[in-house]
Amino acid sequence: MVPLSYYLVLSAILFACGVAGFLIKRNIITIFLSIELMLNGVNLSFVAFAAQLNKLEGHIFVFFVMVVAAAEAAVGLAIIIAVFRTRETLNVDRVNLLRL
Amino acid sequence: MSMHLWIIPLLPLTGAAINGLLGKRFPKVLVNTIALGFTAAAFAMALWVAAQFAGLSPDQIPHIERYATWLSAGQFSAEYGIYLDQLSLVMLLIVTGVGFLIHVYSVGYMAHEGGYYRYFAYLNIFMFFMLTLVLADNYLLMFVGWEGVGLASYLLIGFWFLKKSAADAGKKAFITNRVGDFGFLIALFLLIKHFGTLQYDSLWKLVSQHPVESAGAGLLTAIGLLMLVGATGKSAQIPLYVWLPDAMEGPTPVSALIHAATMVTAGVYMVARSSPIFDRAPDARLAVAVIGTLTAIFAASIGIVQTDIKKVLAYSTISQLGYMFMACGVADYIGGIFHLMTHAFFKGLLFLAAGSIIHGLGGEQDMRHMGGLRKYLPYTFWSMTVATFAIAGLPPFAGFFSKDRILWSAWSSGNHIIWLIGVITAGMTSFYMFRLWFLTFFGEYRGPNPETAEHGHDADAIHDAHDAHATGDSHGHGAPHESPWVMVVPLMILALLSFVGGWVGVPHSLHGSDHFDAFLAPVFQAAAAGTTASEPAPENGVDSTELIFSGISVGLAALGLLLAWYLYYKRPELPARMAKAAGGLYTLVLDKYKVDELYGAVIIQPLIALSTNVFWKGIDLGLIDRAVDDGAEGALETSDAMRHMQSGNIRSYAGWVAVGATAVIAFMVWRGLR
Repeated sequence: MVPLSYYLVLSAILFACGVAGFLIKRNIITIFLSIELMLNGVNLSFVAFAAQLNKLEGHIFVFFVMVVAAAEAAVGLAIIIAVFRTRETLNVDRVNLLRL
Repeated sequence: MSMHLWIIPLLPLTGAAINGLLGKRFPKVLVNTIALGFTAAAFAMALWVAAQFAGLSPDQIPHIERYATWLSAGQFSAEYGIYLDQLSLVMLLIVTGVGFLIHVYSVGYMAHEGGYYRYFAYLNIFMFFMLTLVLADNYLLMFVGWEGVGLASYLLIGFWFLKKSAADAGKKAFITNRVGDFGFLIALFLLIKHFGTLQYDSLWKLVSQHPVESAGAGLLTAIGLLMLVGATGKSAQIPLYVWLPDAMEGPTPVSALIHAATMVTAGVYMVARSSPIFDRAPDARLAVAVIGTLTAIFAASIGIVQTDIKKVLAYSTISQLGYMFMACGVADYIGGIFHLMTHAFFKGLLFLAAGSIIHGLGGEQDMRHMGGLRKYLPYTFWSMTVATFAIAGLPPFAGFFSKDRILWSAWSSGNHIIWLIGVITAGMTSFYMFRLWFLTFFGEYRGPNPETAEHGHDADAIHDAHDAHATGDSHGHGAPHESPWVMVVPLMILALLSFVGGWVGVPHSLHGSDHFDAFLAPVFQAAAAGTTASEPAPENGVDSTELIFSGISVGLAALGLLLAWYLYYKRPELPARMAKAAGGLYTLVLDKYKVDELYGAVIIQPLIALSTNVFWKGIDLGLIDRAVDDGAEGALETSDAMRHMQSGNIRSYAGWVAVGATAVIAFMVWRGLR
């Protein structure tokens, strides 16, 4: 059996990749994907713990996260389309109407 | 049997409330009617009470009426109640009677002034507080009246508040009184601490168990001395007398009512009321006598050289109050109250007559510009003549009996030095009063030419309205003129009282029956039980001595008259030469011994310096303002720094979220590791 720590290290790597992409990338869709990556990193640690501890709650949480992620994808993509229609760009540095 | 005495003080308060709150829109007649009506009602009720009082049996006196508990804290409680005995009855009649006459007079005197309703509202509120003061059945309620009359005095001295000197005089009176009130308050605290009550009746019971304190310190001595401090403030004695001469900035009827007849005698009333305490603290009582005696001669000497008619009367008032303190100090409280009463009559009259002169001359107060007024103001002249003879102590006028009684008490109690100073002061009193009389009414009119002169008025905007009163009257302010009837009639009534007022106290040496003494004696006999003051004065064989002493003081008064006649009527050029010869001494007295300057240098300037440099610039600006300013500035700077986090750039927000999350995780890891 694969030890728990392997799963957790992979989960941390996935999450860190997500954070890095979230901070570095300028394209909204890439940022969006980075968020999904972070969520899935977290999901991985949930199921890892659930399997290790023989508990159901971890699995249930993963379903919740998936549902939220799906909803987020629907709303987020809609927002991205709306932003593209008005600003004609997907570069977040140019979506700065709130700038001081 | 309740006499519903609470109504008496409430009557003028009602008048004050109506006039003060609504009077601005009232016509003058209505303001008059309200102010005079409520005061007259108070006087009428006082007379009714006096009649009822005569029907009480001796064991029903003092007549105490308690209406409610005013406040209670722990063991201590103060009642709202009224204490009626012979002493407060005399005060009640003086305050309401003289007060009413002065209200009547004011109708004429203030007829052309602005703020008419305000004036009468203040005057009525003064009556309310003064009645509270004299009728209270405990010291705390008395203190309410005590402070209230101070407030009324402040408001009325500064009545023409647009004039800086008047506003300043009001403040000076109030602040000087605060110094005295401080002493009075501490005396009350000591009473509460050691006797647990301020109600007169229960307090006297406790105090009477106290032995007489001899030779120096003791509780009652301390209380007595602190009360004396309070009394010196209110009754303008050394060292706190300085406010009274300045108080002459107020309208003249106010000077008559508050600063001659009633309020300034509150200190004397308080000392007389506290006679059980003073009788058991001979040292404190002696201090009262010494302060009174010194004040009497000190103020009289200043009065001799003053040229402002009201200033002469002000110093005369201080001097006469000194006599009252002298009387209380030698345990002759009845003499003090007797002089208080006659003084209320003749000094009230003197001020009102002076007001009539000032009114008739369109605001002139300098006696050097008067003279020969006898033919212009005949009624004022005759009433003032009576008052002058009364204050000079010439028989059979009122002042003779009261002043003589005080001097005799001083001698017979063994205080011969006090008697000597008192009798010299009597001569000086006679001199400066007849000086005023001759300068004002005799010789030639020295004012500006009546035909052409533009009258210099009292020089302020409000008061100048007075000048415009040519519109309503047939006369402009050309020639001096007699005052209207509404002013003259109170003068006449007071003149009558100044003439006969002393007859209630004709001493036995003059084959009188001294009703006044017999009437008031129970108040002080009960209080003095068990002290030296209760020993009956040796009656027989001293009558002839007393007569000789009367002769001495009358002789000195006559001498004062003659001297004034010689210097200011026969040879009017002499005083100027004498003043020149006296040189520096004359200037010193003219400058009132530079006491104001001394207080300014010793107390006021250091206080201002301390307040400016330490309290204002050090604590207020340096500490309090600085803390507030720096706090605000710090918030501003911090916010300015934080503002830049809100860049509007999504990725910078993301960065902050990451930083925040890292911080939280770091914190949790750090906590988890511990």
